[in-house]
Amino acid sequence: MFVYADNAATTSVSKTALDAMLPFLTEQYGNPSSLYSFGQKAQEALQEARETVAKCLNADPREIYFTSGGSEADNQAIVSAARLGARKGKKHLISTKFEHHAVLHTLSKLEKEGFEVTLLDVHEDGVVRLEDLKAAIREDTALVTIMFANNEIGTVQPIAEIGALCREKKIPFHCDAVQAAGHMPIDVKAMNIDMLAISGHKFHAPKGVGALYARKGMVLTNIIEGGAQERGKRAGTENVAGIAAMAAALQESCANMEANTAKILPMRDKLFAELSKIPHSKINGSLEHHVPGTVNMCFEGIEGESLLLMLDDAGICASSGSACTSGSLDPSHVLLAIGLPHEVAHGSLRLSIGEYNTMEQIDHIIETVPKVVSYLRSMSPVWDELVKGERKHLI
Amino acid sequence: MALYSEKVMDHFRNPRNVGQIDDADGIGEVGNAKCGDIMRMYLKIDENQVITDVKFNTFGCGSAIATSSMATELIKGKTVKEALDLSNKAVVEALDGLPVHKLHCSVLAEQAVRAAVKDYYDRNGIAYDPEDFKEMDEDELHEHVGH
Repeated sequence: MFVYADNAATTSVSKTALDAMLPFLTEQYGNPSSLYSFGQKAQEALQEARETVAKCLNADPREIYFTSGGSEADNQAIVSAARLGARKGKKHLISTKFEHHAVLHTLSKLEKEGFEVTLLDVHEDGVVRLEDLKAAIREDTALVTIMFANNEIGTVQPIAEIGALCREKKIPFHCDAVQAAGHMPIDVKAMNIDMLAISGHKFHAPKGVGALYARKGMVLTNIIEGGAQERGKRAGTENVAGIAAMAAALQESCANMEANTAKILPMRDKLFAELSKIPHSKINGSLEHHVPGTVNMCFEGIEGESLLLMLDDAGICASSGSACTSGSLDPSHVLLAIGLPHEVAHGSLRLSIGEYNTMEQIDHIIETVPKVVSYLRSMSPVWDELVKGERKHLI
Repeated sequence: MALYSEKVMDHFRNPRNVGQIDDADGIGEVGNAKCGDIMRMYLKIDENQVITDVKFNTFGCGSAIATSSMATELIKGKTVKEALDLSNKAVVEALDGLPVHKLHCSVLAEQAVRAAVKDYYDRNGIAYDPEDFKEMDEDELHEHVGH
């Protein structure tokens, strides 16, 4: 049985998205910047897509800028706010310890340019505390950037409260909503969000397309210079097909959000319930504040990459925050940020469920994971020491 | 191309000589859990210093398990001296290569064999040059292979 359980990494392109994009790859291949009507048809498609995306986020179409994806949108939002702040002598940026690297690495780059960065603690439950943010805000704070939902552990942040606080303090608030868009309701007006990043391929659009919402009055700095596309803020001939697909996919995901959530939750809950029966396992992150589909757990005494390889042999696609899968020496910064010891974080497993998954697939995962965990434990010297009491159990 | 060669995957899926030896003549353990890989090697050695049996336990990624397995195959039936000559390169070659960022696993396998032999020497009062057994710590190990 093939089970794709890595929907937080990417998703399949839906039929709706594919149908929306195909005409722009075949008959309607005009350049939206061209004057003739053949090009203007593509321009109209862009406008329509912009309206659709804006509606899904409760934004104005003129506040939507199409990008190559979530990373570019995050980069542009953060750099823009930093440049804007610097002009007023504000060079302090606030974020959290467990942001996506598109955010963290952009902040490090700015830090090298002389900005000061405060990364808020996300506590054991993976949720930012409003009082921590209050305490971190300074006179010279130029930006608060906090993700809507974490990509590894799926915990959701108090975005509306953060937005209200930032608005009150007149500090621009950027939100990386890559994991939330299409899966949870987003209202940029009600939540007082000034900038927001989304990525199409996380909600059944193709890879390589995303959007940045920037509230009227937010002055954007270009990341890509060139032509006057996207009101001069993002050069490059628009990915018309991708944009049309993203708009259609977002609209569909938002329209079906309740039904999808109702389908996903029982699958996720069954995974949590059954996999928690594995001794010395741990669920990572608060379950109370959580995106529907993400399951992140640790199993003591084993290492994540070998777990993934064995699951792959059983047809299951999943991911892990172990060092070996991240290609670095340290396990995932997200798992370390919620206080997991290195040796436990190495044994992490992320399963992310979508509406295309079935209960039969969940049962296959539930049948497979415990077997693989016990097999790997049977050859693990760490587990051997834990069993013999020579090493203390951490979970 | 897949991350690992077919040989690596074969040794990962069907590791040779997994287990422990209760009355081992030498046991070596290298790596640490914090870094995500530990190898423990058990040797049974006869009066002619021939390794008659070898078993391993490994906590680590696919290549850590595969290199442990291959190392045990390469030293089984060999003399202790021959086992000491086992290089990480030989393990990598026998596995048809490893990704660059996984080379440290092969160094760990070589070190595990050496640590087990050293333990055998220590237990039996066999003299050796301590310089031959300078343990590399994990950080050095990763630097050593340009990780």
